[in-house]
Amino acid sequence: MTSEKSTWRTKVGLAEMLKGGVIMDVVNAEQAKIAEEAGAVSVMALERVPADIRRDGGVARMSDPKMIKDIMAMVTIPVMAKVRIGHFVEAQILEALGVDFIDESEVLTPADEYFHIDKHAFKVPFVCGCRDLGEALRRIGEGAAMIRTKGEAGSGNVVEAVRHMRSVQSGIRHLQGLRRDEMMTEAKNLGAPYDLLVEVAETGKLPVPNFSAGGVATPADAALMMQLGAETVFVGSGIFKSGDPKERAKAIVSAVMHYDNPSVLAEISEGLGEPMSGLDVRTMPEEERMANRGW
Amino acid sequence: MPVKVGILGLQGAVEPHMKALTACGAEPRVVRLPDQIAAVDALIIPGGESTTMGILMERFGVKDALLRHAEQGKPMYGTCAGMILMAKEIEGSDQARLGLMDTRVARNSFGRQVDSFEAAVDVPAVGEEPFRAVFIRAPHVVSGGEGVEVLSVFQERIVLVRQGHLLASAFHPELTDDLRLHRYFLQIVNEL
Repeated sequence: MTSEKSTWRTKVGLAEMLKGGVIMDVVNAEQAKIAEEAGAVSVMALERVPADIRRDGGVARMSDPKMIKDIMAMVTIPVMAKVRIGHFVEAQILEALGVDFIDESEVLTPADEYFHIDKHAFKVPFVCGCRDLGEALRRIGEGAAMIRTKGEAGSGNVVEAVRHMRSVQSGIRHLQGLRRDEMMTEAKNLGAPYDLLVEVAETGKLPVPNFSAGGVATPADAALMMQLGAETVFVGSGIFKSGDPKERAKAIVSAVMHYDNPSVLAEISEGLGEPMSGLDVRTMPEEERMANRGW
Repeated sequence: MPVKVGILGLQGAVEPHMKALTACGAEPRVVRLPDQIAAVDALIIPGGESTTMGILMERFGVKDALLRHAEQGKPMYGTCAGMILMAKEIEGSDQARLGLMDTRVARNSFGRQVDSFEAAVDVPAVGEEPFRAVFIRAPHVVSGGEGVEVLSVFQERIVLVRQGHLLASAFHPELTDDLRLHRYFLQIVNEL
């Protein structure tokens, strides 16, 4: 009997399976094991967490395949890895390694200032960042099977994550109030594919799962993003830059599951030690903001 | 009275099951805590990550509530990760599980994500028309004990099994519009 590999349904299907789980940044196999044991649903393999990329400066690129392979050998949960925006050869390499999801990410230094990757051309599913509805729909149009709001990676400050999630959600509500004859102008203004716009107006949600990233540092942050409409969260620097990564990882996993239950949240927020210190995004120079990369 | 079906909401593809069950006329709800689990007639363990769900089951007394549910003879259906969690034996793994079914399963037995696929599989128990099955990093049943009924085989691998009130599939019927397996499960509920 015939079978069809890597269909749109299997790509979005994997994103569906990750809902309500936490995806954690890890820089080696040992951290990957800690993340898996804490209940992470997937790990993002990268050489430096965003907070360190921010501190070190220079060009941030795809990680060494050796490190990614070590992590894939260590855990049974899906492994994701990042490529630079527009760097389709890095993506080809990650696909050849067999990673389960590719993040075309603003956390790395962009390789192309005009074009993102044609993600339909790959068998492996992609996740991309967005700041608003138009950006989300452009990425989905290019083939992203999962969207994450960008937030400000490595800041330990949830304010940008909140801004971007609210922007996507209010963008969707606005669309739902439009007449059909207003849709094309809205598509033009948003710079987004018309057909996807119509679909979102009808269903009231993005055509693919929408997760949150960039600045989640506490269980309460994670639950906040869930209550604002995220279907799960990515946690980057927030775990392994904190005082007690193991306990914090466990607590954030539980917080995503019980995001709407304040008494459970109170219980799991207790005695977690120091969170990562965090940056004031308002005083951050524009050129240091990762969220501004991509369009 | 519509059947009260809980979908275990630890993590995973909860919403597609909600839709499918609603379309079948059942009364689905998400359950996360022991008292919520105790209040339903039947339960679905959705697809997701079995390692993660196994760990989360050990928190907040969820595992005991699930075991009690099955002991009371209430039906349970596991898709993908659910099939793994319901199995007694998991090849090469000591991960947390419920161990309710007399089955031995292999994880990721069709490969990693790039090998995930859709195919038409035969499921005679729900009709002649093949079932469009979505396999995502899917497991399969390597072997089953005496009480385990094999309901579907694809590429020489067992992908759908039933043991009395327990049902498990390696694929995801909730990701297609075909409601036949959800109806089959509700039929098990009504038989008991």
